[in-house]
Amino acid sequence: MDESGRSGLGQIAMMPIHFLMGVLDAPLRWLQRATGINGMAAFFLLPNMMIFGVFVLLPFFINFAYSMTGGTALFLPDRSFVGADQYARLFDCGSYIDPGSCAEDTFWTAVRNTGWFVVLQVTLMILVSLVTALILNRELMARSFWRAVFFFPVLLSPVVVGLIWKWILQRQGLLNFGLYSLGFDPYVWLNDRNWSFAATIGVSIWAHMGFYTLILLAGLQAIPKDLYEAAEMDGTRPARAFWRITLPLLMPNLLVVVVLVLIRAVQIFDEVYVLTGGGPGTSTLYLTQYIYETGFAAQLRNPGLAAAASILMGAVLVVLTLLQLGLGRSEKKGGRK
Amino acid sequence: MTKTKTILAALAVGLLASTSALAGDVRIMWYSDGVEGEVLKDLLDRFMKENPGINVILDNVSYSVVREQLPVQLEAGDGPDIARVTNLKAQSQHWLDLRPLVADAAYWDENFGAQADWMRPDGSNQISGFMTQITLTGGFANKTLFDQAGVAIPGKDATWDDWAKAASEVAQNQQVPFAMALDRSGHRLTGPVLSFGANFIGADAKPAPLDQGSKDFLTKFIGWIEDGTMSKDVWVSAAGSTYRAAADDFINGQLVYYYSGSWQVPNFSTKIGSNFDWVATGSPCGSVNCTGMPGGAGLVAIKYTKNPKEVAKVMDYLAREDIVKEFSERTLFLPAHKGLLAKGLDFKTDDAQAKEALNVFVSSTGSLSELAQKLPGWFWSDTFYGAMVTRVSQAAAGEMSADEAFSRIDADIAAKVKDSGL
Repeated sequence: MDESGRSGLGQIAMMPIHFLMGVLDAPLRWLQRATGINGMAAFFLLPNMMIFGVFVLLPFFINFAYSMTGGTALFLPDRSFVGADQYARLFDCGSYIDPGSCAEDTFWTAVRNTGWFVVLQVTLMILVSLVTALILNRELMARSFWRAVFFFPVLLSPVVVGLIWKWILQRQGLLNFGLYSLGFDPYVWLNDRNWSFAATIGVSIWAHMGFYTLILLAGLQAIPKDLYEAAEMDGTRPARAFWRITLPLLMPNLLVVVVLVLIRAVQIFDEVYVLTGGGPGTSTLYLTQYIYETGFAAQLRNPGLAAAASILMGAVLVVLTLLQLGLGRSEKKGGRK
Repeated sequence: MTKTKTILAALAVGLLASTSALAGDVRIMWYSDGVEGEVLKDLLDRFMKENPGINVILDNVSYSVVREQLPVQLEAGDGPDIARVTNLKAQSQHWLDLRPLVADAAYWDENFGAQADWMRPDGSNQISGFMTQITLTGGFANKTLFDQAGVAIPGKDATWDDWAKAASEVAQNQQVPFAMALDRSGHRLTGPVLSFGANFIGADAKPAPLDQGSKDFLTKFIGWIEDGTMSKDVWVSAAGSTYRAAADDFINGQLVYYYSGSWQVPNFSTKIGSNFDWVATGSPCGSVNCTGMPGGAGLVAIKYTKNPKEVAKVMDYLAREDIVKEFSERTLFLPAHKGLLAKGLDFKTDDAQAKEALNVFVSSTGSLSELAQKLPGWFWSDTFYGAMVTRVSQAAAGEMSADEAFSRIDADIAAKVKDSGL
């Protein structure tokens, strides 16, 4: 098709849009006259706010209402009001350091496990993502290919990720097959508390690091090259250039990555549920699984207790988000100085 | 304008037509242990040919979907029209009463009456559905491994200790990873617990604290997992009350003795084939008796259905004697139909091992304890099962002692009873 043909097609494609703009022009002008610029902004925000309200705010309030009720029924009006009893039950502990002293010992086990998971996984994830981004930012052979390789696991469903690694790590899995072929005794990695915990960290890093690497890579590419050239001319060593140029200029991206990784780590569930099921024992039982099992899988389930636990988890996530906002602001202020 | 009206009218007619098509739909939530999903599909295809106005949709799902997702759907007043369920009593408030809808309620009472109470609210005479099969827990031994190791298969009255000793000897001799395995399921654990004299039901019909009988077997069981006699892969591999089976380990020849149930017979017959010889062994004996646990899956109608008449028609068809006979013979399941049981069945298999195994399970029904027969119709059974699985797993993983696990089981069950408000 020639140039004129393409332009004709483009015009035809734009016709509905032009028509729509023509129809909406008069009412929108009237609306702007009647409400002003701010009113117009509110008007355009309204549909999004309605969706946010129905699918985020409303469930949050319903969940909070559930946390104040007891019983096994799922339908809210069928449940009895128990006030803060569910929260009291979660906090009924001899010592918060020892989950075994708590009435809801598995909740505190899940809190402890999640805490350790967050500390270790977030630290390692940021380190690994940063190192990978720094390497991928260099002039490598087949650089695009390597970038795709590291990003590929992000495209996989978490359930698929869990299954793949289960097939690798289980008793008759690929890893043991390799070990056996090399003359070593097979080992059941997923039956060992420490290995199982380490596996959940490793697998989650493998599955998600590509996304964070991409964010950091974008940040690295935005740093002007002439800064490095000037530093090189001044005889600055690469390590010093990293600490004095790369890291400060990468900080906004790094901050976003830290918060995203933190929130994702607190919410860890799907791939771990498939990989270890929370075992061995409760060594990889994390908060989201506790909430799921208490509210949905247990016989008899307790939606009120699950809702209370999820509100507490939500509170932690709010704190993390506020931390992000606070750090973001101080970063901006620092930038203006 | 006329054109617009015509288009709108056509759209409205189309919408109405599609809605009326949905009016005859009957959706069945079904899980399979073996080949029963294929057999049912075949039977339903024939039903739809005979009843063109009813469209039956078979949703094949995993057992965990029935255990974990169906209850939530039911509580929300939603769900399929018919479902295959094992947790029958505790969810009985969601089942449709088919009594006024079925063609001949007397037929249902006569032939499925013995288990009707398992799936109806206490004190009612509701017809909720029928058992697709009656099951019984029991053991399976890999005969080839026993023969190769030169160890005699323990006899009919052998105890759990006898089996543990023999299976360990075989596993060691044949270098297989697992001597014994018992499904990660409270129902499976209950048979041996009862054989040590346990009683779950208190004087007020609510759960009683764990007694010495329960503690005796559970202590032994935890010890077996810790020392590797019992498969760790099954019992410590998950948290909570998640179900895990060891059927694949047995099928792959990695397991000497497997305690599961009669529903595995068709599965083993199909998947093991001639790879090795296997035998069903009934339930080993405890200090008091040699009971297994009865049970089974019931096909129940859901009361939130929009098409109760069509649902009743499908249920009437599936409960018909000739259909139950064909289903049971082709799936190698023991039917719950009284008339059919009296007439006998001709299981459609050339596998002599499977036929022999079914005979062993039939003869094992004679050694069921009174309590074992009562538990499938007891509201709190699943509560007991869930607490046992969670805490026994933790003890087996070394997170707590057996005594701590017992205290936790009692506390968990007491909390559940309190939560229920009953």
